[in-house]
Amino acid sequence: MASTVAQPRAEAANRLGMSRQHMIYFGILIAVLVVSPFFFYPLFVMKTLCFALLACSLNLLLGYGGLLSFGHAAYFGAASYITAWSARDLGLTPELAILCGIGASVLLAVVFGSLAIRRQGIYFAMITLAFAQLVYFASLRAPFTGGEDGIQGVPRGELFSLIPLASERTMYWFVAIVFMLALFLMYRIVHSPFGQVMKSIRENEPRAISLGYHVNRYKLRLFILSAAFAGLAGGIKSLVFSVATLNDVYWEMSGEAVLMTLLGGAGTFFGPILGAAVIVTLQNQLAPYGAWITIIQGTLFVLCVMLLRGGLVELFGRIAGLVRRSN
Amino acid sequence: MFEALGFSAPAFFGQLLLGIINGAFYALLSLGLSIIFGLLNIVNFTHGALYMIGAMVAWMLATYFGIGYWPALLIAPIFVCLFGIFLERVFIRHLYQLDHLYGLLLTFGLAMIIEGAFRNVYGVSGLSYSMPEMFQGSVNLGFMFLPLYRGWVVAVSIVVCLATWFVIERTSLGSNLRAATENPKLTEAFGINVPRLLTLTYGFGVGLAGFAGVLAAPIYSVSPTMGANLLIVVFAVVVIGGMGSILGSIVTGFALGIIEGLTKFFYPEAANIAVFLIMAIMLLIKPAGLFGRTS
Repeated sequence: MASTVAQPRAEAANRLGMSRQHMIYFGILIAVLVVSPFFFYPLFVMKTLCFALLACSLNLLLGYGGLLSFGHAAYFGAASYITAWSARDLGLTPELAILCGIGASVLLAVVFGSLAIRRQGIYFAMITLAFAQLVYFASLRAPFTGGEDGIQGVPRGELFSLIPLASERTMYWFVAIVFMLALFLMYRIVHSPFGQVMKSIRENEPRAISLGYHVNRYKLRLFILSAAFAGLAGGIKSLVFSVATLNDVYWEMSGEAVLMTLLGGAGTFFGPILGAAVIVTLQNQLAPYGAWITIIQGTLFVLCVMLLRGGLVELFGRIAGLVRRSN
Repeated sequence: MFEALGFSAPAFFGQLLLGIINGAFYALLSLGLSIIFGLLNIVNFTHGALYMIGAMVAWMLATYFGIGYWPALLIAPIFVCLFGIFLERVFIRHLYQLDHLYGLLLTFGLAMIIEGAFRNVYGVSGLSYSMPEMFQGSVNLGFMFLPLYRGWVVAVSIVVCLATWFVIERTSLGSNLRAATENPKLTEAFGINVPRLLTLTYGFGVGLAGFAGVLAAPIYSVSPTMGANLLIVVFAVVVIGGMGSILGSIVTGFALGIIEGLTKFFYPEAANIAVFLIMAIMLLIKPAGLFGRTS
């Protein structure tokens, strides 16, 4: 009986490589993206999507590789600067500019990643943070980054030299489509044989080594992939807001990315998106109150670590469990 | 000799002195971090914020109560120490059984709350803290002028570092502490109150940070954000030194301060990133750090 029920489900899962539950989540997400420009400012939704992508990229590393990077601002910010620079000063089309930005992030990740994976756990976190600070100082001093002002007035340009992205609506659809494609790609990575090996390394590294996997090679690949997605987020961000600034590379940005991931639920696929939405909303609502936002974000960190290590996803799971039991 | 090479000796020694002073702060902070990490297995992200509290308390004592530098040098570290004990009792102790990353995340959150609270009241601009009168002025050493206060900072931080080393390596309290670091269960079986030792260690480690904060108050501008950037450099120092040995973190702290100072003299553009570059090189050569154990 059990096998006959399992059969069609497995077939459905195989077509897209997705469980039914995750398909429903993807469906809901697409519906939300289609509807939300009619309810919210497109700029706000685009900001949320950029940060959601950043949080998801961090989650790829933390949730599926067990590696906590406290320096993802480096890859986000480097891509933001390079995209802005190549769109404004080289006059590249947006898709090429973003690719250049991702390329810069990937290069950085190759160098920093291969050094950082030599240490584990908290050392890994401290090393990534220190390297991010190095990128911060480099961005402050580099000749093309504009110092304290950053790169301003970045043109959104014309996608493939055909579609002008200047209007918020067009830009929104571009960002939404790129976001969904990136998300789907990450889903495929997580559920690929590569992703399974990463999970096994996270769970038991000595065992993975004894099974013959080159653990460091896998970790480095995951690190580079994660940095590439962070770069995509940074590149889009600089086009959406027409600016690349030092804030993008500062450690607070790294901290925010970690908070979004943690708040949503590290290691859950959709949690970080939720976390990003909550944090960006909070930032928007609390913008006039100065440093209160820092205090509240810090409090969320503390609450998550002390009470809710699975994040909001776990909270919803618990509530759903309670509701089911009472029925 | 220096003129022949085209440098000016006062500028050279001036940067060297600045480097040694930075090194003193790196040493005091990384010492506290190492002790806390060794026993509690927690990377204390609040360390920078508590260093800031040390400086802010000194400033507040002077501004609101007219209490001078010397009492502040005692009161502020004790306050920071008690605050640290409070944090350990209420928050940190619940995480000892979990992955070390949670300790890092928790203390990061606490640091955000502390800094945010101070920023709300005092903004981000620097507050000035006047130097004690007996340290105003400088002494001519022949090759350079040594501002008295800076000489004092270097001297006192070396004394405090060595005293800490002595307590940990040469006293019975220190041997209890090292035993608890090595094997907490067995130490507890010998009748030593390990949880209390953990609390005291945390208090002492952050007390050192508070002490460094008071020392820093007259030379760096006192501001709510003064700890955060310093802490990241100290993390790099800790990675370079390895958290294995007490003497190691003291030596590494001073050495990196000096290297940073020399970089500022020879190639100022790279001064801010010198420590991070050295960290990268160290990861290539000896990933465990200078004094670190490989495991």
